[in-house]
Amino acid sequence: MSGFRLETGGRVDRNQPVQFRFDGTSYQGLEGDTLASALLANGVMLFGRSFKYHRPRGILAAGSEEPNALVSVDRGPGRFTPNLRATGVEIHAGLNAVSQNRWPSLKADFGAINDRLGMFFPAGFYNKTFMWPRSFWDKVYEPAIRQMAGLGDAPTAEDPDHYASTYAHCDLLIVGAGPAGIDAALGSMDTNKRIILIDEQDELGGGALADPALWPWLERSHKALIDAPNVTILTRTTAFGYYHDNFIGAVQRLTDHLPKPGDGAREKLWRIRAGEVVLAQGAIERPLVFEGNDTPGVMLSSAAKIFATRYGVAVGKAVVLMAAHDSGWHDVFALAKAGVGIAAIIDVRERVDSALMQEAGRLGIAVHLNHSVMGVSGRHSVRAVQICNNDDYLARRIDCDAVLMAGGWTPSVHLWSHSKGSLKWRDDLGAYVPDQPNENVRCVGGCSGDWDFGNGAVIDVLPTPKDHSRIKAFVDFQNDVTAKDIKLAVREGFRSIEHIKRYTTNGMATDQGKTSNLNGLQIASSALDKPVPDIGLTSFRPPYTPQTFGALAGHAKGALFQPTRTTNIDSWADAHGAVFELVAQWRRARYFPKSGEDMHAAVNRECVAVRSSVGIFDASTLGKIEVVGPDAAEFLNRMYTNPWKALEPGRCRYGLLLKEDGFITDDGVSARLAPDRFHLTTTTGGAARVLNMMEDYLQTEWPDLDVWLTSTTEQYAVIALQGPNARKVLEPLVEGIDLSAEAFPHMAIREGMICGIPTRLFRVSFTGELGFEINVPTAYGRAVWERLMAQGAQYDITPYGTEAMHVLRAEKGFIIVGQDTDGTVTPFDAGLDWAVGKKKPDFVGKRSMARPDIVAPGRKQLVGLLTDDPNVVLEEGAQIVADPKQPVPMTMIGHVTSSYWSETLGRSIAFALVAGGHEMTGDTLHIPMPGKTHIAKVSGLVFYDPEGARLHV
Amino acid sequence: MILIHCPYCDEKRPEIEFANAGQAHIARPIDPSGESDADWETYLFIRANPRGRHHERWRHVHGCGRFFNAVRDTVTDKFETTYKAGEPRR
Ligand SMILES: [Zn+2]
Repeated sequence: MSGFRLETGGRVDRNQPVQFRFDGTSYQGLEGDTLASALLANGVMLFGRSFKYHRPRGILAAGSEEPNALVSVDRGPGRFTPNLRATGVEIHAGLNAVSQNRWPSLKADFGAINDRLGMFFPAGFYNKTFMWPRSFWDKVYEPAIRQMAGLGDAPTAEDPDHYASTYAHCDLLIVGAGPAGIDAALGSMDTNKRIILIDEQDELGGGALADPALWPWLERSHKALIDAPNVTILTRTTAFGYYHDNFIGAVQRLTDHLPKPGDGAREKLWRIRAGEVVLAQGAIERPLVFEGNDTPGVMLSSAAKIFATRYGVAVGKAVVLMAAHDSGWHDVFALAKAGVGIAAIIDVRERVDSALMQEAGRLGIAVHLNHSVMGVSGRHSVRAVQICNNDDYLARRIDCDAVLMAGGWTPSVHLWSHSKGSLKWRDDLGAYVPDQPNENVRCVGGCSGDWDFGNGAVIDVLPTPKDHSRIKAFVDFQNDVTAKDIKLAVREGFRSIEHIKRYTTNGMATDQGKTSNLNGLQIASSALDKPVPDIGLTSFRPPYTPQTFGALAGHAKGALFQPTRTTNIDSWADAHGAVFELVAQWRRARYFPKSGEDMHAAVNRECVAVRSSVGIFDASTLGKIEVVGPDAAEFLNRMYTNPWKALEPGRCRYGLLLKEDGFITDDGVSARLAPDRFHLTTTTGGAARVLNMMEDYLQTEWPDLDVWLTSTTEQYAVIALQGPNARKVLEPLVEGIDLSAEAFPHMAIREGMICGIPTRLFRVSFTGELGFEINVPTAYGRAVWERLMAQGAQYDITPYGTEAMHVLRAEKGFIIVGQDTDGTVTPFDAGLDWAVGKKKPDFVGKRSMARPDIVAPGRKQLVGLLTDDPNVVLEEGAQIVADPKQPVPMTMIGHVTSSYWSETLGRSIAFALVAGGHEMTGDTLHIPMPGKTHIAKVSGLVFYDPEGARLHV
Repeated sequence: MILIHCPYCDEKRPEIEFANAGQAHIARPIDPSGESDADWETYLFIRANPRGRHHERWRHVHGCGRFFNAVRDTVTDKFETTYKAGEPRR
């Protein structure tokens, strides 16, 4: 034996040495080692510092339940992964791992002062201590706690890796490829079922990997499964969550174990829908609770066996077993046969199976029944244990360098619990086992409570002559919760395990209490003098083990986080320096700055151009719905507030859409193309919502109406040409449409050709100027736009963006639904009662316009606001008060909804929703803003060309 | 992710294809103007919030587009049945 590597045994490749680094020191391990086994082989016992007390910690377990040995792996810029369990990190050439939660170094850690001050850190300490004074929280407590607490450091650089994802479907999904899982796969292999077998480790076998007698069977089974065409094997894959209808999420780790990560995906997210699920997750050994049970070198008995038989590593040269369960004896016998020195077996029980006693005798191992470990000597590693007789507390010391704990077994019911399967308590196991399933799922092997590890005693805390209130006997190693913390919580009145858990944080660390929940329950049960099932059960939730955000996000990040909708003209705007904004996932040109212009200057120029000559605007994002059928007019008549039946083909109408509660939900100008065909427009953001609402009424309230609705938003590019010269620009390009004012009046639609392309040409205006909206098939949008730009050059045609569009419409008093309304505004509130058909017997929302709340006085109503100082542009959202001298908090009577600088008018303009506003024209209101309270007078909504003379030219 | 049976497509499809559309079997009155304020309030706003069986509407919005009715258990999130709009309450 060189160091702690055994001469023989294990599945590591002794011909393949691997160099790696831990905390800057270079070590050699073997191909097949984990970071944990490789460091143990080098005699390293100290792996990290604990979360709260910064106590030195070693390895507790050998698998994914490890709570202590959390490390960070650094693979270069952006590839820094914190909080990995050393027991799951496969070593490879160049691996660079570092310990966590220590400063300045693992051996000399400043935060360990917390441990000496332990008496000041009882359960609920944070809740109690840092409550007061409030002012200390931000400046003193929180920075100090943040400095000291927390697990690994979050990476700061952008992750250069990419992550794949896939869906899979199978008849049978088996989670866990230990003997039980492999048997389940072999048993179904010869059917025609599609089978997926998942295991989190790098090779199949689970517990069999630590049992050399099973290796030949394992090899045969593995080969049979690989050869079976209907079986998919996923190793290094963690089934982290079990969701409705047998939907399982799993992450497959593809490159972290490789010396060079390469260009492939680092991890792959599997979303698996399974006909049947077999859970074979095994069982996790329970630690025992005694003072010093967190000293590096104190670990689970099963872990020591795995290190010896799977990795060929001795966890010590003189090992002591502290057992409450037969399984520990079998582990120690296996260790002894592998060449590990055994100092003693201590068992808390008075009697054990005579066969165990005989085997211990045959191997020459000293046995102390009815004894308990009451203390551990050594801080960074074990030097000795003090044991005592359970009856008379007669103590003695045993020199040793490792202590194994065999506290019994806890079935891994995590995924079973995710699936909402019920659990039942088994006194003999001291554990919950699966009871009734909620999905098509069954548990096999260890996770069902079915194992052949022998018998054991269920025990909360080992007997000790010491004062229980003064010793640190750990229950939750990762969150530093001790037995006395749980007892304290009970003394302070907590009765339910859900409350005890949250107060003490037992089981709330990243391991979700895999090794601590049952011990916590037993201690609470004893303290409350109630059986465990009476104090409840905490729930497991996904993920089973921590997963990377990268795997869950996949490619849905950056530009691919959500789709960006672009118009056919977007590329032109991009090439011409447009500044964009996102509107309901559409990328829209906000303004087109010329060299040296800021937004303000650009918008002023764009507005003036529209009012004085002609502007061009990409309105393609407007929602569009084609409404067709013999009952189309009747349908629209029922949906909208306006009358539609008398609208002649070729004419347009402004439509106002309410919800049934009487509040405005959308608006838009729509055209009747034929007696049975309408071209509707909606707001950009409301298109999908309006179509859904119309489908709802059509399908479920009025299925007798013969109408079809089709979304045509993306079928048309729409170019708004607005300004006194709009007709002159358009005329030479249009065929088959008489553009004269007499033949083609405001609010009309004509079909014809533009630049040789069919068009639906609207004469409409959202600016108050002579205007046209040119609808052409989407693919021709940019081509027509460019022809219009060329044709308009003589009039200095000016592209304008959404910002100028907002100013121009506000000058004319046109509202924007969703900006000037907020879902509580009626047509009357918005000054749109002219758009309500008074004679119509019914339409959506009509009955609500007579609701008591809606006819009551004092409703907020939309008005114009003109500041006394014309240069002040109010902030949108600013609150309005009637009397600025009233005491704070003031009575707010409304708020500003839209506010702009109007270059055309040479002053600011605003809209506001103000309680009783329609009665307040000419009144003075006050708008308190940081630094100053502004004064404004209530006006009408139309600030420019109130007669509409500019429209009808 | 739940699987929901669309009674029009007659297929079980993942829930991301569907949108919930509120409580089922609340018919719009034939003549809303004849409704009292109290009845109209009930129609607009008053909804059941049961623990257990709940009748609700769903739309196969990213599929056939049809609205249909369902009985879902609000405790287990399991769908008991789905049926076409206009069919009697189950
Ligand atoms: Zn469908």
